[in-house]
Amino acid sequence: MTPFPDRAQVVVIGAGIVGNSVVHHLARLGWRDILLVDKGPLPDPGGSTGHASNFVFPVDHSREITQLTADSSRQYAELGTLTTCGGIEVARTPERVQELHRRMSSAHAWGIDAELITPAEVAEKVPFLDPTVVLRGFWTPSVAVVDPLRAGELMRERATAAGALTVSAMTEVLAVDTDDGRVTRVRTDRGDVDTEYVVVACGVWSPRIAALAGATIPLTPAVHQMIDVGPIAELAATGREIAFPIVRDMDPLMYERQSGADLEIGSYAHRPILCEPDDIPSLAAAALSPTQLPFTPDDFDPQMEAALELFHPVLDRPDAGIRHAINGLLSLTPDGHPLLGETPEVRGLWSAAAVWIKEGPGVGRLIAEWMTEGAPEIDAAASDIARFAPHERTRHHVRARACEGFNKTYGITHPREQWSSDRGVRRSPFHEREVALGAEFFEVAGWERPQWYASNAPLVAELGVPDRPHEWDARWWSPIIDAEHLAMRRSAAMIDLSAFSQFDVRGPGALAYVQHLTVAQMDRPVGRVIYTPVLAPDGGFRSDLTVVRLGDRHFRVVTGGSDGARDLAWFTRHLPRDGSVTLTDVTSAVCTLGLWGPRARDVLAAITDEDVSDAAFPFATARTITIGSIPVLALRLSYVGELGWELHAPTECGLRLWDAVAEAGAPHGLVPAGIGVYGTTARMEKGYRLVGHELDAEHGPVEAGLALPGLKSQDFVGKAAYTKAREGEPEATLCTLTLDPGDPAGHPRFPQGGEPVLTPDGARITDRRGRPSFVTSAGAGPSLGTYLLMAYLPPWHAVEGTGLLVEYLGERYPVTVARAGRTPLFDPDDTRMR
Amino acid sequence: MDVLVCVKRVPAVGAEILLTADGTAIDTRHLGFTIGPHEECAVEEAVRIAERTGGSAGVLTVGPPETEEQLRYALSMGADHAVRVDTPETDPDPEATAAAVTGALGELPPYDLVLFGEASADAGHAQVGFRVACALRRPVVGGVKGIDLDGDRVLLRRESPEGVEVHEAPLPAVAAVLEGLNLPRYPTIKGRLRAKKAPIRVLDGPGATGGLRTLRLRHRPEARARTVVLGHGAAAAPAVVDVLAELGIVP
Repeated sequence: MTPFPDRAQVVVIGAGIVGNSVVHHLARLGWRDILLVDKGPLPDPGGSTGHASNFVFPVDHSREITQLTADSSRQYAELGTLTTCGGIEVARTPERVQELHRRMSSAHAWGIDAELITPAEVAEKVPFLDPTVVLRGFWTPSVAVVDPLRAGELMRERATAAGALTVSAMTEVLAVDTDDGRVTRVRTDRGDVDTEYVVVACGVWSPRIAALAGATIPLTPAVHQMIDVGPIAELAATGREIAFPIVRDMDPLMYERQSGADLEIGSYAHRPILCEPDDIPSLAAAALSPTQLPFTPDDFDPQMEAALELFHPVLDRPDAGIRHAINGLLSLTPDGHPLLGETPEVRGLWSAAAVWIKEGPGVGRLIAEWMTEGAPEIDAAASDIARFAPHERTRHHVRARACEGFNKTYGITHPREQWSSDRGVRRSPFHEREVALGAEFFEVAGWERPQWYASNAPLVAELGVPDRPHEWDARWWSPIIDAEHLAMRRSAAMIDLSAFSQFDVRGPGALAYVQHLTVAQMDRPVGRVIYTPVLAPDGGFRSDLTVVRLGDRHFRVVTGGSDGARDLAWFTRHLPRDGSVTLTDVTSAVCTLGLWGPRARDVLAAITDEDVSDAAFPFATARTITIGSIPVLALRLSYVGELGWELHAPTECGLRLWDAVAEAGAPHGLVPAGIGVYGTTARMEKGYRLVGHELDAEHGPVEAGLALPGLKSQDFVGKAAYTKAREGEPEATLCTLTLDPGDPAGHPRFPQGGEPVLTPDGARITDRRGRPSFVTSAGAGPSLGTYLLMAYLPPWHAVEGTGLLVEYLGERYPVTVARAGRTPLFDPDDTRMR
Repeated sequence: MDVLVCVKRVPAVGAEILLTADGTAIDTRHLGFTIGPHEECAVEEAVRIAERTGGSAGVLTVGPPETEEQLRYALSMGADHAVRVDTPETDPDPEATAAAVTGALGELPPYDLVLFGEASADAGHAQVGFRVACALRRPVVGGVKGIDLDGDRVLLRRESPEGVEVHEAPLPAVAAVLEGLNLPRYPTIKGRLRAKKAPIRVLDGPGATGGLRTLRLRHRPEARARTVVLGHGAAAAPAVVDVLAELGIVP
């Protein structure tokens, strides 16, 4: 037995596909003294890697997941552990046929070969299936089966051969010690090892291991049922593990694949069956393995009937028996995405959890790059473990969303679809007024935000706003949004922005600290409002936000609700260790009401004694004013392109603030407006970029059109890359496109975002770095009378007036590049807000 | 010919068996349930006899409603009807179980052959079949690994150290069978779907309790490997050769 080291550069816990991939890539990137431990034996320690179905379908609507899958497939193939067999997602219903068209769009967007095929063509590829229950098939030739246990062995071998890795199986982690919030030591039943880095790659056990260090990995083990039926002569005759394409029978939420002589049937249709990490049996106590729990047949019966419908030619035979049946465990998270990156609670404690087999090696590389270089090549924002608000890390929330999300695994999920479980956790002080106004609430980070107000319904007819004829286009949408937009541009609107995350930065080191994290010059006079990109070390976007200088040594950071948790983690990680700066999350202390529109000044002037004229209160400044008896920090800026303010008040005074503004606004025609206006229509008319849509880690400020005129002398994160980008020509330019008039589908259609942008002859567009052009945001421009799309385009297409195509649900729609760069289409000179 | 198989719901355990805190039972919170391998063979045999003779294969268990999971498993293997004798206890003792089975057999239509597993997979008392046969005054053979029908008689084969014993018994008879009697089939999907919908006849149990009480379960003391040092260096070679010869590895 190898001696157990007392010191390691990094300890990776868990020798499933993820842990093995992590050690392999860390070794490749130069890490040494890597220790890999697992409680179980090798090569199959008993986790989910050992019983997974091991197939890889490359197309996902999420670009990040598609990239991780593509990278993983490359790695599996390079290791000789990938068998290409092709795969077909079959549709039994018209709704699913539409979804398959959407799959085709994603395949085109991400550059994956796929085609829609007829039932007869499906039966040609899988001759033992009944084509009469099938309407269409989505055929992906590159679907494959992989051997993650063998791949893991090879990865360990490589890292060991490089002299970088010690492997210790049958080793239980007993404690993870920390000091001042940093990892210092891992204690095991084979000895203690000093280390500054720990990677938790323990799959369903990850929450337990993270808890040893005082961190949370918000996932829950959940059951995925699988059975094997055989022997089936046609399958046995192939003499191979897999010779036929894998079928995903999408409508009953199932799949069927050959596994030697058997047909393996898996399901995501049964009731959610969650398990506690502490209740997973030990290897010795488990009848099969810790993650193969006893099959509960009652839950699977409906799936057997569905399987018989499609595969009765081979399943309805007396000798085809159910030879294996398990309740296999996998990891579910609140939003269905993996949990990657350094935990926000403990420095040096990294999570590589909630990862499917098809993403494992890609995640290994991503984590290793992130740990080594400070940023991974693939944008991991949607999988960043720091993305959760505190309540989203609770057991209650994780279980609620996991239950709701499980049946969406093969579901048809609308891009705007809202969760229904565990809602109403965070409510602004305006909530009761909003409810009274018939607000339709959308959720962000637990906050309930009005998307539109039923009380504004009469404006739809009054302002002549058209409806959307197609149900999919109109789902989770209302014409009221466009009506609120027009009403705001006509008079004024009040918008609940209390979901903003806000941090106070104070102390003698405050200026240097915010300078270090931001692109814009922060050494501005007290009272200045400064918009700034925040970059990763490689110059890609982390976020964009507003900083207000409230004092010589006091700054307020205001950032979006959806990304607030990641921003807080980023700002927290960069705090100087000398205590010269304090960072306080004041999100819950402050409520925010936006007041914008041509009449906004009239409304505000009516309720405050302060001079709010342009001379006294110019654009991009902040002042404390009083509204009645409420002290309000007013910021004169706009994300909607109108004159106005963000009014920040103590949360407990919010209702008074709301009532004062509503009452003063009534004579001016002020309406409450939802986030549909703020986040989409008004924003897009002004060409403003949104984090997670236009602003991502793969693009920097130059390509996004957000480079600042000057380059500050102070150093900041990402400065080298940003400086270099400023000196060269951008490889892509963020453009605003308009949907051309005319309705190829016979009636107006509205792409929702994520669709591929194609050349006029239908070819895929990528820039010199291989990045595809796709719709990053889509929404109406009611004041422009057109429908807007944003997309990065390479220079040869980023020319105003260029005609291109957007593929949406099986049709291609002509679009025109209306703007290359950041000049707004609406009010290009910003005269309205300045 | 009509055959009835009596089965028992038992936990499907791993290598290590966890006990409840009071030490009187197996901790089944995270375990699935099954019927033992002897009983699986009994069900298979009953189904084959019914198929061969155009008779019926029934399955019976004693216990609360959750034991119907095991009845449905037997139905999915091809048994054609099922009976549950309702008792509140999940694990009544052999005397009580036998009383329940005997009572039920008095209520049910007559069976030519009643099969039991040699012993349950958990408690392993190996009593119920014999108690039932005694109560009904029917011939009984245990350890059965072969069943042949011959008109109104049955030939029951069992292995003994001396060879194979063949017992001939008049029907109706009782037998306790051993794993290896046959190779049980896997349930088919159709069988499972049929089993799910099949009615289960429920009879009231006698309410009697037996005289056997479980006081405590204990794990067998771990068998510890003993290390014997055969010697050091070249001097150890002859001793190593002796051991290898003893194990039959070298001639």
